Amino acid sequence: MASTNEARAASQARLAGLGFTLPAVAWILLFFGAPLVIMAIYSLLPLDAEGAPGGFSLDAYRQFFGESAYVEAVWNSVVTTAVVVVVSLLLAYPFAYILAYRVPKRWQRLAIACAILPFWTSYVVRSYAWLLVLAPTGIVNWVLINLGVVARPITLAYNPSATELGFVHFFIMLNALTIYANLVQINPRYVLAAQDLGASSWKSFLAVTFPLSIPGMTVGAFLTVVLCIGDFITPQILGGNKELLLPQVIMMQIQRQLDLPMASVMSLVLTLIVAVVYLLLQRQMRMARL
Amino acid sequence: MRWSSRLGNALSGFYLTACYVFILLPVAVLILFSFQDGRLPVPPFHGPTLKWYVTAFTNERMMAGLGNSLLVGIGSSALSVILGFLAAYGISRYEFAARRLLQGIIILPLAVSYLLVGMGLLVTLSSLGLGPSLWMVVVGHVVINMPLAFAICLAQLGEHQRKVEWAAKDLGASTFRVLTAVTMPMIAPALIAAFCLCFTLSWDEFIIAFLVTRFDVTLPIVIWTMLRGGLNPQTNAVGSFIFLCSILMLVAVEFLLFRKRRA
Repeated sequence: MASTNEARAASQARLAGLGFTLPAVAWILLFFGAPLVIMAIYSLLPLDAEGAPGGFSLDAYRQFFGESAYVEAVWNSVVTTAVVVVVSLLLAYPFAYILAYRVPKRWQRLAIACAILPFWTSYVVRSYAWLLVLAPTGIVNWVLINLGVVARPITLAYNPSATELGFVHFFIMLNALTIYANLVQINPRYVLAAQDLGASSWKSFLAVTFPLSIPGMTVGAFLTVVLCIGDFITPQILGGNKELLLPQVIMMQIQRQLDLPMASVMSLVLTLIVAVVYLLLQRQMRMARL
Repeated sequence: MRWSSRLGNALSGFYLTACYVFILLPVAVLILFSFQDGRLPVPPFHGPTLKWYVTAFTNERMMAGLGNSLLVGIGSSALSVILGFLAAYGISRYEFAARRLLQGIIILPLAVSYLLVGMGLLVTLSSLGLGPSLWMVVVGHVVINMPLAFAICLAQLGEHQRKVEWAAKDLGASTFRVLTAVTMPMIAPALIAAFCLCFTLSWDEFIIAFLVTRFDVTLPIVIWTMLRGGLNPQTNAVGSFIFLCSILMLVAVEFLLFRKRRA
């Protein structure tokens, strides 16, 4: 008797738990899962020469990998993302390290808050703000001219370096945050133990602190890849129109060519790149307890 | 103090300052030249004047965009928090098969580009023969923000709350009563913080809103359109205003979520 009651209570609990969770799951499946499936189907239904949908084929994929401009855009995106990841990690690490170990504890929260302040300006406005800085009449050129360093404005905006600068500015904040969160969790006794055993401060950093901070760096790097490789705004505002990145080419397919199947192929390629990066970094990220 | 450690401190200070200058420079320039008394937001600085703020706030397209953004932000954040909270409650309070799987599905959108979410919705609209609309922006923003609200709620639904819930149940409260009279008030700060965070992300989101709307656009898209006209102090004014709003939201989050936990 008792056992059937228990079984009933357990199955009721199971139903209630499902009942609470299902609306959220349904939303994701309906508005994220299903659209992805539709997108995958679209990518297999390329437009013919007249721009009308034809039958099922892999033509859109063939066309994508056969078109050098598209493959170049993928390459540009991968290179830009790689440069941005490396440069932001290199710049953010010492910054996070100083914040975590050199800045007095009670100032750290404020210091971190200030360091990620521009994070909260509008996303479109942030790239625009860099344009204000880098434009021919912008503040950098103005200072350089007034100091007599250059005679006429130098070109700073509208090239791939400007895109990378805009990205690095954003991701230095993000990486500083994940690395800092990781560093403050490392037990200081480990470093003390290493130094008691005769390690120099440089050696104890290399042998103890640095390896223990790799998970934080990995999380930062992955977030950088996800957000950077899919970003349309920063390259569009700062990058000029010579070396296009994948999201720009995708937007062009949607707005100018009205070719959704091709845009779908490109979006799937983009997602595939992110998925590969995820698989590569997965093990390290699991270890992060941020 | 040894000279090497003094040198280390000096270098640290220098590096820290350089980083802060780099990080804060664009925002400082943006805000400064929003008060520019002239047609271009570039040096030399004249002013200050508030006329560009007046221009922005009397710009009809801008105000329509602001209205749409507020609508989308409030609607999508409310939905995100409700769905996310219920799911977090179900996952943390009940044992059932496929719990891990369902949790994985809910947080999946956190690992993809917004571009993919927007593209998916655009293709779906097109396959159903529907036109773009503001409602789809709400739908898309719930997809990207609900996982976040879910994660925040899940982190806050701890053992302490669970015991109080049991007490209420022992005293005869129904599940609904426990949820609304016990659990929700207990984690209210987290719910409000989640709402504020979702709102900040939603009202700043560009690519999804850009892909699935055409005429009733949100504020970031109005700004985007303005950028084609080149540098303009009015854009600075709007940008500074958005920055101020986000900061106020975040101060609210900090106050509600972190002060409470530390106390």
